Formats: sequence, structure tokens, C-alpha cells
Amino acid sequence: MNWSKYSAPLAFYPLAGRMIPWFGTVAALAIAVGLYIGLLVAPTDFQQGEAYRIIFVHVPAAWMSMFLYVVMAVWAAVGLGLNARLSFMMTQAIAPTGAMFTFLALLTGAMWGKPTWGAWWVWDARLTSELILLFQYAGVMLLRTSIDDQRRADRASGVCALVGVVNIPIIYFSVQWWNTLHQGASVSMTAAPKMATIMLTGMLLMTFGFWMYSLAVILSRARCVILERESLQLWSKPSSVPEVAGVR
Amino acid sequence: MSQPGLWETLRGIIWRDLLLAIRRRSDVAISVLFLVIVASLFPLGVGPEPAVLRTIAAGVLWVAALLACLLSLGRVFTADYLDGVLEQMLLIAQPLPVLVAGKVFAHWVVSGLPVVLLSPLLGLQFGLEGEALGMLVLSLLLGTPTLSMIGSIGAALVLGVRGSGLLVALLVLPLYVPVLIFGAGAVTSSMAGIGGEANLSLLGACLVVSVFFAPWATASALRIALE
Repeated sequence: MNWSKYSAPLAFYPLAGRMIPWFGTVAALAIAVGLYIGLLVAPTDFQQGEAYRIIFVHVPAAWMSMFLYVVMAVWAAVGLGLNARLSFMMTQAIAPTGAMFTFLALLTGAMWGKPTWGAWWVWDARLTSELILLFQYAGVMLLRTSIDDQRRADRASGVCALVGVVNIPIIYFSVQWWNTLHQGASVSMTAAPKMATIMLTGMLLMTFGFWMYSLAVILSRARCVILERESLQLWSKPSSVPEVAGVR
Repeated sequence: MSQPGLWETLRGIIWRDLLLAIRRRSDVAISVLFLVIVASLFPLGVGPEPAVLRTIAAGVLWVAALLACLLSLGRVFTADYLDGVLEQMLLIAQPLPVLVAGKVFAHWVVSGLPVVLLSPLLGLQFGLEGEALGMLVLSLLLGTPTLSMIGSIGAALVLGVRGSGLLVALLVLPLYVPVLIFGAGAVTSSMAGIGGEANLSLLGACLVVSVFFAPWATASALRIALE
């Protein structure tokens, strides 16, 4: 089977359309089961009480936020290296979902911090680098929307994403070091007692669900981007995308 | 006529930028004055207690230096972009990253070096003395070139884009975080008696990494902007 034909946006469009329902369904199931385990089955934590249950959303969201940034940067590198239009469309489609997960991680972190640490916001290394990650997502997205020329917007925001991915580890370590230098880590996730298997199961299920959700949402956003950008081609031969031809 | 070599070209570019800066002295004066004013506003806002001022000195002066550098980033490429010199620079038969490094060096001499030279005076305003004052100068000397290097990437990316002044701040400031942390950390830890050498080493490492990577990224951003 020749996979490379799907690098053409108009060939990718129907393929993405067929995949979205599957990913969506799996995402809904995994998140439902994961939430059931996390909120009802998993035992109450003897130190943190019920408040700890927010980690079933928080930790997967934080993982996805970093993972999606790397995926976005990889697509940007592919786009810059191979000059492939679809790669840049994927970069554009991933950024909002990544930013959403970053925001979700910050929000749930604050909600967990208030009862546990007694403060909505602590200048913890993880929190701070997550906040900077949000700024970087914002920078990539705003750079794209500020440039009118499509090709330049794609390539410039691609370079921006790549520069950011080099910086993320440096920022993380510098922030961690800065924090420990001043006050010592007050609360550390790694030093917490080993997690019960049922909690880990719930968290992994949620991560899997978020992953599938991201795929579904990113693919449907990529379809919108394709429709927007390829409107001229679609106009000339509407038969290339059956769904669009049907609508018209 | 023989082609000028790499070093001659580089020297020519640096000399031209410095000459342009000398001819337009008010640009340099504005960013230096900006630094002084920003640094002077903090005591007015926080209060004149010497102990408080000493605690915040390193952070305030570093943030002010960061903002002054940000303010001058627009000057690195914009004028050359508008009058077409940049396009000619891309056509020079020498590696573009090296030429970019030359321009960034000239930018640092014009905008970073005055900050370094002025910093002892500002440090005195905040009650820093002795070793901490020296550490402030040293950390700025090592850190401001990195700021210019990273900043040039952002300046090249937003070339000719609407609202570029604010956009470059959004792109570049998150990348400045490590430099800010190590720079202010060097001063703070030397005040605490730990000695700021570890932070200075890290600043040096940041400088080496940015000198190695940033001109390359800037060059590709310039090619994107001008293609």
C-alpha cells in the first residue's frame, strides 16, 4: 500500500474523516472508564484526602501538553525539511489542543494546590515551566496569525516551535535549580509513596483517552485547515473531496 | 577584483553597523535612558528601605537590562530590511550565519555593552557593594550577549510583520528565562556568601550554546522572511 499519497492534503482529507469517529469513540470510552476508576474506585489518599483525585486529569493533561509540543515541533521540522504543506497544516492543527492541555494542567494544578499546599499558585519548578510552555504555545500561534503570507507564516512559526523545543529542557532545569536554590523543594511528586496499581491504571487510561481525544480533535481541525487553504483547488474540481461536493 | 575574505566581510559588516549607530546616537541614548528610568521606578514603587532594595536589586536590574535589550531588538534588522541591504547581504558569497553573528555582535556593542558599563552605578543606587557589585557586572557581561543572540532569532522572525514590537516580546521573553535566572542568581548567591561562580559557569554555557545555534536559526528565519 502506498502511504505517501496521503501526504497530499486532498487525499488526506477523506482518510482523516474516516478515522475521526474511531478515535473519538475510543477516547470517550477510555475517559469514561478512567474517570470511573479515578473518582469512584481508587482509594482515598491517606495524606491528601479526596483532593488528590484531580491528578487523574492533571497529570495526563500535563503529559499531553509537553508531548504535543514535541509532536508539533517534529511536524514543523518535517515541513521545513521536506517542504510538505500537510506537515504545516498539522502544526497549525496541533497548537490549540496543546495550549488547551497546558491551560488545563495549570488550572487543575491550581485547584489541587489550594487544598494541598494552601495556595493557588506556588513558584514550583513544574508549574513555572508549564506556564512558560503556555507562553511558547501562544507565541507560535500568534506569530502564525500575524503573518499574512501563508507560506511565510508556516515556516516562521515552524522555526519558532523548533527554537522552543530546544529551550524547554534548558528552561525546565534552570527553573528547577532556581527553585531548589532558594527554598528547597517543599512538595515533590517523586518522593511521594509509590502509587497504588489501581491509581496508576486510572491515570494511564486517562492518558490514553486524552491521547485519542487529541487525535480526533487535531484531525478534525486539520480537515478545517485543509478546506480553508485548498479552497481554490476545491473550487476547480469539487469531485476530489466527495463530502464537499455533496454539501455543495 | 578579488572577493573579500570571510574576515574582511565580517569586519566590514560590524564596522558598518557600529558606524550607523554612532551616526544615530539618540537610538542608543534612548535604550540606556530607558534602563535607568525603569530601574529608578522600582524604589519609588517598593519603598526606600535599603534592606528591601538590596534583596530585589539583582532581579530588578536584570529585568531592566532584559527589557532594554528587547526594546533595541527592532534595530538589528529592520532598517536594513526596509532599504534592501538585507537582501544584498543574503546574496553575499559567505555563510549567512557568520554575517548574522557579526550583526548581532555589533548590536551587543551598541545596546548590551552600555548596560554592562552602567550597571555598577545602578547597583549602587540599590545599595549593592563590593563583591556583589562586581558579580552584577560580570553576570551582565556574560549574559547580555546571549540576550542579543536569542533576541536576533525573534527579530528575524517578525521582520516586517504588523505589531512586530509586541510580538517579538512574546516570542523572546520566555526564551530569556534561563539567562535571567542564572544572571540574577549569580548576584543573589554571592550576596548570600555562596559565591556566584556556578551561576557564571551556567551563563557561560548559555552563551556558548546560543553563539553556536542562534545565528543559524536567525539566518534561516531571515531567508524565510525575504524569500
